[in-house]
Amino acid sequence: MYDRGKIIAGLVVFAGLTTLPFWYNIGKARVRPDPRLDTPAIRQMKEKHCIESKRFMIEYHMQMLNGWRNAVVRDYKTTYVSTSGQYFTMSLEDTCFHCHSNEKQFCNQCHSYADVKPYCWECHVKPGEEIAHGQR
Amino acid sequence: MPDELKRKELVDIEYRPPKKDWMDVAPRFRHGTYIYPAKPKNLKYLDMPNPREWGPAEADWKLPDNWKEIVLNGMRERLDRYRSFKVFMDICVRCGACADKCHFFIGGGDPKNMPVLRAELIRSVYRGNFTKAGRILGRLNGARELTKDVIKEWFYYFYQCTECRRCSVFCPYGIDTAEITMMGRELLNLLGCNVNWVMEPVANCYRTGNHLGIQPHALMDMFGMMLDDIKDRVGIKIEPSFNRKGAEILFVTPSADYFAEPGIYTCMGYLLLLHELGLDYTWSTYASEGGNFGLFTSHEMIKRLNAKIYAEARRLGVKWILGGECGHMWRVIHQYMDTMNGPADFLEEPVSPITGTRFENAKSTKMVHIAEFTADLIKNDKLKLDPSRNDDLRVTFHDSCNPSRAMGILEEPRYIIKHVCNNFYEMPENTIREQTFCCAGGAGLGTDEMMEMRMRGGLPRANAVQYVHDRHGVNRLTCMCAIDRATLTTLMEYWVPEVKVTGVHELVGNALVMKGEKERVLTLRGDPIKETEGDEHV
Amino acid sequence: MKLLFAFISVVMLAIIPSIGIGYAGMQYVFGVVVPYVAVAVFVAGFAYRVLNWAKSPVPFRIPTTCGQEKSLPWIRQNKLDNPSGTPGVVGRMALEILFFRSLFRNTRTELRKGPMLAYGSSGWLWLAAITFHWSFLVILVRHFRLFSQPVPPFVNVLEGLDGFLQIGVPTLYITDILLLAALLYLFIRRVAIPQVRYVSLVSDYFTLFLIFGIGLTGVLMRYFYRVNVVGVKELAMGLIALRPVVPSGIGGLFFVHLFLISSLFAYFPFSKLMHMGGVFLSPTRNLANNNRMKRHINPWNYPVHVHTYAEYEDEFRDKMKAAGIPVEKE
Repeated sequence: MYDRGKIIAGLVVFAGLTTLPFWYNIGKARVRPDPRLDTPAIRQMKEKHCIESKRFMIEYHMQMLNGWRNAVVRDYKTTYVSTSGQYFTMSLEDTCFHCHSNEKQFCNQCHSYADVKPYCWECHVKPGEEIAHGQR
Repeated sequence: MPDELKRKELVDIEYRPPKKDWMDVAPRFRHGTYIYPAKPKNLKYLDMPNPREWGPAEADWKLPDNWKEIVLNGMRERLDRYRSFKVFMDICVRCGACADKCHFFIGGGDPKNMPVLRAELIRSVYRGNFTKAGRILGRLNGARELTKDVIKEWFYYFYQCTECRRCSVFCPYGIDTAEITMMGRELLNLLGCNVNWVMEPVANCYRTGNHLGIQPHALMDMFGMMLDDIKDRVGIKIEPSFNRKGAEILFVTPSADYFAEPGIYTCMGYLLLLHELGLDYTWSTYASEGGNFGLFTSHEMIKRLNAKIYAEARRLGVKWILGGECGHMWRVIHQYMDTMNGPADFLEEPVSPITGTRFENAKSTKMVHIAEFTADLIKNDKLKLDPSRNDDLRVTFHDSCNPSRAMGILEEPRYIIKHVCNNFYEMPENTIREQTFCCAGGAGLGTDEMMEMRMRGGLPRANAVQYVHDRHGVNRLTCMCAIDRATLTTLMEYWVPEVKVTGVHELVGNALVMKGEKERVLTLRGDPIKETEGDEHV
Repeated sequence: MKLLFAFISVVMLAIIPSIGIGYAGMQYVFGVVVPYVAVAVFVAGFAYRVLNWAKSPVPFRIPTTCGQEKSLPWIRQNKLDNPSGTPGVVGRMALEILFFRSLFRNTRTELRKGPMLAYGSSGWLWLAAITFHWSFLVILVRHFRLFSQPVPPFVNVLEGLDGFLQIGVPTLYITDILLLAALLYLFIRRVAIPQVRYVSLVSDYFTLFLIFGIGLTGVLMRYFYRVNVVGVKELAMGLIALRPVVPSGIGGLFFVHLFLISSLFAYFPFSKLMHMGGVFLSPTRNLANNNRMKRHINPWNYPVHVHTYAEYEDEFRDKMKAAGIPVEKE
């Protein structure tokens, strides 16, 4: 007794599942995240530079923002000293959104690509929306 | 013999494995831990390879010159034939769940009696010769050379396994050490490394139809003695038939049942029951063995010995076959007989002539276990039973390995026991049913030469009996296995001498109220039946 | 000794990509070539092994029965532990594969003075095993977010459940902790229990270390030494679209993680990890105990020498006649 049929069916399922990523995306448009920096505030900057290096911001911005939140809410510390010695107010809306006023074209680009759902917006208003709804 | 072994020393068990890697530790062939080799005449009679005089404790085992080739070819052939063997060689993760499930490990502490390591004895050779990684990485990958020392080690440990399958209940992948041991023994058999305690019964069975080599006339004498005892104790003259053509049912039981105590009392139980029912059945001298020591030799030998049962059923023209109480016999009948020697299309689907019950679970193999048969009789109220005749007995039940783990006949014997005696007590739950412990004498190890290992391996079973003996005064250990009836008797004498061993149908025979019987004052054993004070039995 | 060898092997595996990336600029090799090869070896090797098992027949129906068989209609059968048909077998296998039924039975035997043998239920091995395997599966499925665009909802649901504690940023996944804890337990038990240590091979330690290394680098990347996830996903998406690109600036730790995973994939078919496929093929579990109801066919059931009744009667005829046993030939 060999049960070849069952075994081969099982193997097909196995191979299908292991190579699922290859099949799943066939025919789907390949999108690349394209975070945009062309906001009015950034356009006016002489030297286009965030508060820390680009690489650091890409990799660690979430932990930095989390640190800011804790510092402001729990310890009432509101000033951030960057690596280069500059002072910034620890505020998502006043500091970050000042330049990055385009949530859809900036934040959302990578977040939706990498499937990361930040819970910023449970408290904060998205920068694009304040204009649309005319409220602050 | 057991007296030589001091109990206190025996239970001083060292479970801590030695410092040296297991591949560097060789077995010591010590008296009481191995069995003497097969006598050449037995192997010759069976046309089996390399018959010779040799001794396991000697340095030279007189293996054939091309022994290595024989073993490796034998392994290759078996890997191609048995998916079980191949898969079990590959998938063990050595989690160790099986380790303390083996009665030989529990009672002896030898790490190579852990099922995982017993299998590694063969797996290491498999890796070294049949897997690329093993060939390249060698010992780093758990592989080793096949040497003569490996053969010696196999012999030592594959004849220290009773193929009881308890480990396979706990293994997350169902790896069955019985399957490994069977392969190991088949390979050893190719070299002529086997034990007389197995090969002599096999040769006997091949020639005379039963393990004990009882020839037809002697068999009649033995029955004559049993029938005389029945006449004395029950007052009924029974005349069973032998090799009778045209009977409805062929009855087959292990030869130990009509050869020696306490099996004969169980056999007397069958005789009484079948007589009382007026069943149209016959015994056979040609198929006078239900047991099958081929199971402890090779698959081929199982088939060679088992063939007699169907052949005889066909010759006598019976409708179906009824089988007595035995363990490994039922492993063979339930899991091998139909596949090997079927289809049994010359027989009919078994129907109890007394109750009309169709044994649907046996509709292909056409062989029914007597416990199934008797349980059905009791359920249908066809037997007049007086359980008080067994009132002197405080009974517990030992599930034999094969009926529980290769078949699952658990409730039938309990149902019967509860109807034929009044005092029944179960042993602790980790020691019964599918978790039952072996008698440590199965798979052809039940010889005095093996006494130390038997008493060690039997400790878990004996200890559970001790428990119910201390707690409930249990004095009788029931079982449905001929090997058990022989080996547990010795085991009880050593560990719990107050407890005697009995078959289920001995209790049935005692309790059975028969037409025309005299007043029963003696049990089938000849012990006095206690009078219950005041009231008469009904 | 075995342990040390396995440990060094895994450390070497972690060092190789570090050197390759750090000094030789071999991003393409470690980011593209190695993963492709590993996946190919995994799928092909796995299939080869299973087909190789399938080549050997199951000559006999040998289930290990762990409960009451189907017999008389009034006796209650244990349908899951002693199935008599396909539904029961499917149930038994499902319990075995999804919940490790047999391991759940595990007991611990203790020899006390007397002598007195005691058996206690022992669930730790089962707990660690099931925690490890299920965590691994959840983590694997969670990684699908790096291989799909848009990400299917079941992955989001799983992420939500796994991170429901909402501790820290990025959110802590419970399975990350469970996986490492279970591995740690399995390792400690392998070393601490003398019998298990005695039977352990290099490969047993190696597998534990390798998977621990994978988990550890994953955790480091997520919580401590962050890498550019967008870059990682671009690499992954390129691989599965068969248009591989290696975006710059991903971070060396990721390549260590990827290389260890690739090693695991490539090693899998040649190792005991094949128990994943083998458990499905185990004849003591995947067969119904309907032996006496339905004949099992052995494809190589060859004829054997038997001692026929005629031969038997020829040898014993006189004795049989003298004892009054009927014979065929007078």
